[in-house]
Amino acid sequence: MEGIRTRLAEEVYLTYLPARKFKTSVLSAQFLVPLREETASGFALLPPVLRRGTVTCPNMGLLSAKLDRLYGARIESVVRKIGETHCLGFVASMIDDSFTPGGERLLEDVAGLLGELVCDPATERGRFVTNYFESERTNLTDAIRSLINDKRAYADRRLLQEMCAGEPYGVSRLGEQAGVEKLQAGKLYTAYQKLLSTARLELFYSGSASQGRVEQAMRAAFSSLPREKVEPLLPVTRHAAPDAPRTITESLDVTQGKLGMGFTCKSRDWPALLLGNTLFGGSSNSKLFLNVREKLSLCYYASSTFHRSKGLITVSSGIEFENYQKAYDEIMAQLQAVQNGNLEDWELEAARSTLLNAYASMQDSQGRMENFCIGSIATGQNDSLEDLAQQVRETPLERIQEAMGSVALDTVYFLRGKEDAE
Amino acid sequence: MKQNFYQRIGELVHQETLPNGLEIRVVPKPGYAKKYAFFATRYGGMDTRFQHDGQWLDTPAGIAHYLEHKMFDTEEGNALQELAKNGAEPNAFTSNAITAYYFDSTSKFEENLEILLKFVSIPYFTDESVAKEQGIIGQEIRMIEDNPDWQIYHQMLKALYQQNPAKTSIAGTIESISHITAGTLYDCHKAFYTPSNMILTVVGDVEPAAVSELAQRVLPRSGGPVIARDYGQEPEAVAERENQIAMEVSSPQFLSAFKCRPPERGEDTLRTMILGDIACDLLLGESSPLYQRLYSQGLINGTFGGAFELLPGAAYLYAGGDSKETRTVAEEILKEAGRLVREGADESFYQRVRRASYGFNIRALNSFENIAASMTDGHFNGYDPFRFPEVFDSINLDDVLDFLRKNITEDRSVFCEIVPKEET
Repeated sequence: MEGIRTRLAEEVYLTYLPARKFKTSVLSAQFLVPLREETASGFALLPPVLRRGTVTCPNMGLLSAKLDRLYGARIESVVRKIGETHCLGFVASMIDDSFTPGGERLLEDVAGLLGELVCDPATERGRFVTNYFESERTNLTDAIRSLINDKRAYADRRLLQEMCAGEPYGVSRLGEQAGVEKLQAGKLYTAYQKLLSTARLELFYSGSASQGRVEQAMRAAFSSLPREKVEPLLPVTRHAAPDAPRTITESLDVTQGKLGMGFTCKSRDWPALLLGNTLFGGSSNSKLFLNVREKLSLCYYASSTFHRSKGLITVSSGIEFENYQKAYDEIMAQLQAVQNGNLEDWELEAARSTLLNAYASMQDSQGRMENFCIGSIATGQNDSLEDLAQQVRETPLERIQEAMGSVALDTVYFLRGKEDAE
Repeated sequence: MKQNFYQRIGELVHQETLPNGLEIRVVPKPGYAKKYAFFATRYGGMDTRFQHDGQWLDTPAGIAHYLEHKMFDTEEGNALQELAKNGAEPNAFTSNAITAYYFDSTSKFEENLEILLKFVSIPYFTDESVAKEQGIIGQEIRMIEDNPDWQIYHQMLKALYQQNPAKTSIAGTIESISHITAGTLYDCHKAFYTPSNMILTVVGDVEPAAVSELAQRVLPRSGGPVIARDYGQEPEAVAERENQIAMEVSSPQFLSAFKCRPPERGEDTLRTMILGDIACDLLLGESSPLYQRLYSQGLINGTFGGAFELLPGAAYLYAGGDSKETRTVAEEILKEAGRLVREGADESFYQRVRRASYGFNIRALNSFENIAASMTDGHFNGYDPFRFPEVFDSINLDDVLDFLRKNITEDRSVFCEIVPKEET
């Protein structure tokens, strides 16, 4: 863990991270609930509906005016998928008190507005304002439909959907269009009230204010939060690998093909897998970059990602349609090379340095620290950045080889052009 | 090195111009683990026609970007790997106006800086290595061609400009890059990668004198001639009023843009940037009456946004996003500009928009990347980016309304749209 975490109320925690070097302070309020197909769309719709207005600022115009006066403070609605946890809420940021021209203090006002957005939304007849509900539902539908516009992200998401079909990890953070269409204003309001009283709430602060001042501001902001018995988060399910790898091919009217490959990792040796993935395709010095791109000129990007909470590795690349087999073979050959420990001396050193640099520089970004802290809490990962760095320094090549030896191809996703477009 | 402390924003800058003409800026950031170096040349996608050894040269579209890719090759191998061994995260980009190479690292900073300065100043490529890059950049071009955001932005520049080379894609086309050879790359490097055409910015907890000493030791002793570039004579009128393309997208998206008068070199550039930003916020920012109205009518959604941008010889304000009624939104923007000019704006509305814009500029000082990019732009265009608080003081509502009156007019506007491809 990073920072100081204190309990403010029943299953309400504040992570306090003092920092004086930034021009800004960051405040965040996040509900953590299990990610499920049947609830995903509704929960995804809540933050944007809440963001439309509160009791004291009942429309976006008044909210924006208030934020403008707080020197352009921002409060963004955020919906994340962390492992198999659905994480929803708001992240606020404002310039630090020492840079307000009139010496104004912004923390209390921004915390107050944050608390209002969560606890005191604008309502009519005991439910969300119909117009807000309807228009944000349309926006959410449009956002889900528009995921197809970014073909790389689209292909990455389709791979996970296919690979983890039937598991929470295959559920998209925004849910599906069909789920959104079924939502009703009354039921969503009930779900919201249940969320307020029974979901874990994680608060986060990074900035120059004292812990006492932050605690006081947050207690005041969330004093009206009703709390009942809080539902526990569920442990992540193990991925059930198929007997033989599956291949899914789809067509869209595109000029570049997207090849995605999903792998399961039987090993639970996280530091070894993390290093193994960095060697394989996790940096611009990885085997995939140096061979699929630099040596064979097959692509502009080819990279891999380690999904720690689920024990998966996915590969993402953009290629000419006809180079499918060449790219596939080379990606598999490079995985084999890592498994066999076929490395030059500098490669392991570079992989370690890349990860250590990433850990060390994370504390230079308030946004990344917020994401790291909430992520650690949601996945029950208690290591500090220094603990993680130590593990990266100490893991020997043999352990990496052993862990990577358990990595097996599970699902291939290929996005190609339409026949008539070729 | 000269020091300048900026009281109102709490930033210190060390500045020096080396005898070879290289500009150096060091912005200390105590308490940060990360150290960041950004080495940029005033040479970008726009600079395809220039004077070299007394001759006007026409080079293929995409050559500055191609050169950026090949600069990482060294006689010993590849600078990316050298930097990665030390845990540095290197990268580079080519924009219309500049090419920049940068890294951040938390250890061995000086060693990494030396690698950066060397690989950028010493070209090393062969016909074979240049030919091999065609495949990689070809795939980069294919990737951006499939990207609707890139496509519509490119369409917008094509509609706005008749002559200005910003209308040409920075990466070029698969055809144009096929004409690039090792010889042309060496010529371009020789012309534009001279110390006097470059600036090095370092942000982080470093020793400023060490940066200067290192640059003097590693880089060439002499600068280089000033390179004349030809951006054409851009008329006031736009190139085309509208254009439309079809792509595999979920809903129509659009950009509505206005060709603005470019500023003079010097502090006028900074003032125009801030003025343009405030004008954009007042007209269509999240807290503007127009945004509120269009959002509540469902004509725009969270994808809607606008910005004001400057390029050499070019300035434009643009806005857009996904919409079911793209043309209506474009018309509403124009109408609202007309209304503001006619009726003026409430002083309190203006004051809060200005306040938010000031906060945005303070916030940007958290970003090392942003600091280095603004130092670079400031140097190449003759202004000091850290003087923004003073420039804010000098702007009032009448200036903003005057900006809208002069620039946001129908005859300066273009409308670009991407429509979903019909299912066949």
